[in-house]
Amino acid sequence: MRLRLVPEKTNWDFFSRSKLWLGISALLVLVAFGSFMLQGLNYGIDFRGGTTIRTESTQPVDVGAYRSALEALELGDTSISEVFDPTFGPDQNVAMIRIQAQDGQEAVTTEVIEAARGALQGVAPDIKFVSVESVGPKVSGELIQTAAIAVVLAIGAVLFYIWLRFEWQFALGAVAALVHDVVLTIGIFSELQIKFDLAIIAALLTIVGYSLNDTVVVFDRVRENLIKYKSRDLKEVLNISINETLSRTFMTSVTTLLALISLFVLGGDVIRGFVFAMIWGVIVGTYSSIFVASAILLWLGVKRDWSKPTDTTGNQFGNVDA
Amino acid sequence: MLQIDLWKRVVIWLTIAVGLLLAMPNGFYTRVEQHNDAMKAIEAGADTTENREQAALWPDILPSGLVNLGLDLRGGAHLLAEVKLADVYAARMEALWPDVRDVLRPERETVGTIRLQPSAPGELRVRISNPDGMVRALELVRGLAQPVVSLTGAGATDLDVRAEDSDIVVTLSEAEQQATDERTMQQSLEIIRRRIDEVGTREPTIQRQGSERILIQVPGIGSAAELKEIIGTTAQLTFQPVVGRASSADATAGVGNEILPSLDEEGVFYILESVPVVTGEELVDAQPSFDQNGSPAVNFRFNPGGARKFGDYTAANIGTLFAIVLDAEVISAPRIQSHIPGGSGIITGQFTVEEATNLAVLLRAGALPAGLEFLEERTIGPELGQDSIDAGKVATIVAFVAVLVFMALSYGLFGLFANVALIINIVLIFGLLSLIGATLTLPGIAGIVLTVGMAVDANVLIFERIREELRTARGPARAIELGYEKALSAIIDANITTFITAVILYVMGSGPVRGFAITLGLGILTSVFTAIFVTRLLIVMWFERRRPKKIEV
Repeated sequence: MRLRLVPEKTNWDFFSRSKLWLGISALLVLVAFGSFMLQGLNYGIDFRGGTTIRTESTQPVDVGAYRSALEALELGDTSISEVFDPTFGPDQNVAMIRIQAQDGQEAVTTEVIEAARGALQGVAPDIKFVSVESVGPKVSGELIQTAAIAVVLAIGAVLFYIWLRFEWQFALGAVAALVHDVVLTIGIFSELQIKFDLAIIAALLTIVGYSLNDTVVVFDRVRENLIKYKSRDLKEVLNISINETLSRTFMTSVTTLLALISLFVLGGDVIRGFVFAMIWGVIVGTYSSIFVASAILLWLGVKRDWSKPTDTTGNQFGNVDA
Repeated sequence: MLQIDLWKRVVIWLTIAVGLLLAMPNGFYTRVEQHNDAMKAIEAGADTTENREQAALWPDILPSGLVNLGLDLRGGAHLLAEVKLADVYAARMEALWPDVRDVLRPERETVGTIRLQPSAPGELRVRISNPDGMVRALELVRGLAQPVVSLTGAGATDLDVRAEDSDIVVTLSEAEQQATDERTMQQSLEIIRRRIDEVGTREPTIQRQGSERILIQVPGIGSAAELKEIIGTTAQLTFQPVVGRASSADATAGVGNEILPSLDEEGVFYILESVPVVTGEELVDAQPSFDQNGSPAVNFRFNPGGARKFGDYTAANIGTLFAIVLDAEVISAPRIQSHIPGGSGIITGQFTVEEATNLAVLLRAGALPAGLEFLEERTIGPELGQDSIDAGKVATIVAFVAVLVFMALSYGLFGLFANVALIINIVLIFGLLSLIGATLTLPGIAGIVLTVGMAVDANVLIFERIREELRTARGPARAIELGYEKALSAIIDANITTFITAVILYVMGSGPVRGFAITLGLGILTSVFTAIFVTRLLIVMWFERRRPKKIEV
């Protein structure tokens, strides 16, 4: 007896409501964009400079007392939040403190940290600073720039590769799906105000990779079926291809999600945001490879005569024997 | 038909065996680490019984490369420093003034009196009272210029000399600035490396980043503040003549002089000549010691050039005060009692033994040629690192088991083949990480977990394809063959695109993100290898033995 996520043979029509799905996606992208423009991202210190201190104490975290202790130091905008995690021991009380970048200073000075330690020891005598990270405004500006370049570069490189291996319509469809995924991910980070730092950029790029992986598998089948069913309608061919790869799409998404969810629950709070981005990306990426990438391909139309491969189709790996 | 050449089989098994061998030391992490440390110590000359015992913990014939743990897993400090390259220009120009004065003085007839003007850092401004002599003055000052010592600056000289009204303005030429920058960076890197080595920590990373930055990562150190102390923000040692004393930092010093505070006397300031007699660069040795009263002090010795300058100066200035300046603070200002010819001396002050030891280390490692500005600093406590490792381990194991069970349930026997391949895959990743000496970070662990999830993708593609081919009923052997053949282009395309993003992450990212890119990229390589070679080999071997008429995938 085998576990089947998807019936052996499916013949679902994915395009009967393709306009509706595209519309929903467009709407979500707009909402995400609007949220990003209106309330912006909750940037971590990597991108806006400043200092974060992770404290640990056996006494319960009293955010109010911490705040009043630190306010006396006049460090400017300071935020304090308690961190909860199932992996913590019973006496492990953790808080994250963020202090804004101090005027005229690149990184934080030792005096500021020591002053903060002194002030907090008044509240919780056994408090420990388990990590202190400080990024100056000069570096954070550069990091944001590099991150943006990395994302654009990744999408560009991928666009080029798909165009080389398939046709430009495929490349456009794949990239539309990618942009969709990236925007929705940024959107949820903005909407839920989850801390957005360098690691999230890594997650974004991984989502780009994953979503693409999915899209490419579908497209590869489309390419094959376009040759196989020369006389059939493009919509029909797309539908057959998606149905044929559906089982695989689900299998891979589920195994990846299984791994990610165990990391989300058990991997500790330090990388939780990063893993959350990835889980979200896998779900959105799976959706977009079917409902965005293929729908756009349908909408753009595609060259049907694949019997004479041109330079741009370049199937150089097509009959490699492993 | 379904077959694999013998040589291919041998190569596949060999690859797995080598991977296993390379990954093995990581299974005995502490033991191998002790072995490696002891080996290093023995090589460095510390051939003690204890070291030998530790070295014997791991057989020499086995590979001993380990996956380095990143700062976020091991704890330690990370600093990104920018070298203030312009400091060096300023120091050079300051040091040029006596030479300019000496070359113009004999020509007083034509140029008139010469006076040092307040100048911006990095330029030297000298006013002559007789502007008619400017041409001659420029000619003389230009005569001081030296050819630039560098590959690109060949043919150029190091000084730009121009006239502005009645001022002579001297700056470093562009070619010389470039050559100086390069030297400054090399020197800074070397000095930082030596200072950190003196403290003796394990595997510090000291890397140049871009044209003016240095990345320093030291595992196991308590805090970034401690690390900064070791590097010494601007540990510059100079010996400067004392002009007088002042009671505040705002007193007028006069051109060519500066006011510096005393290190241990509150409210005491010294007016010093800006141009030092000797600098710490000419020190060859410094050792902690005790002065005649038994308080901690530091003994030092100059190189021959420094010794001569020091000797000449002390001979000519007996009875005057002389300041020992460290980091723009006067440590002490003793009176010169007699000519000191040998080039050695002693620094006394109110030191503790520890301070004296640290000062000796700083002096011995040489002064940094320019100041450092810290742009980024991170301290991760070892407890947090250990927590992360523990959480990462548990999460990886759970993820692994979940995927293994799921694959077995979905594909039966073929799922088990894929699972064996998945285990081999993880072993290969660790083998490769050890081989290239890569650093494993917390996002890197996430990369491995993600690989666990995604590695099965290639197998899933193949198995699904085999299922489809089975439906067209061409016999199991043919179906398996076709499954592999037809899934290949999708596997290749899908993995190349993901690999592209991993490469971009590696190139653009830094620190932990880079760690993630490495594990992701290696994971793609190994998972493609295991999917299209290892599982295939397993399936073929099983098929050859059983020759089933019917298979179920």
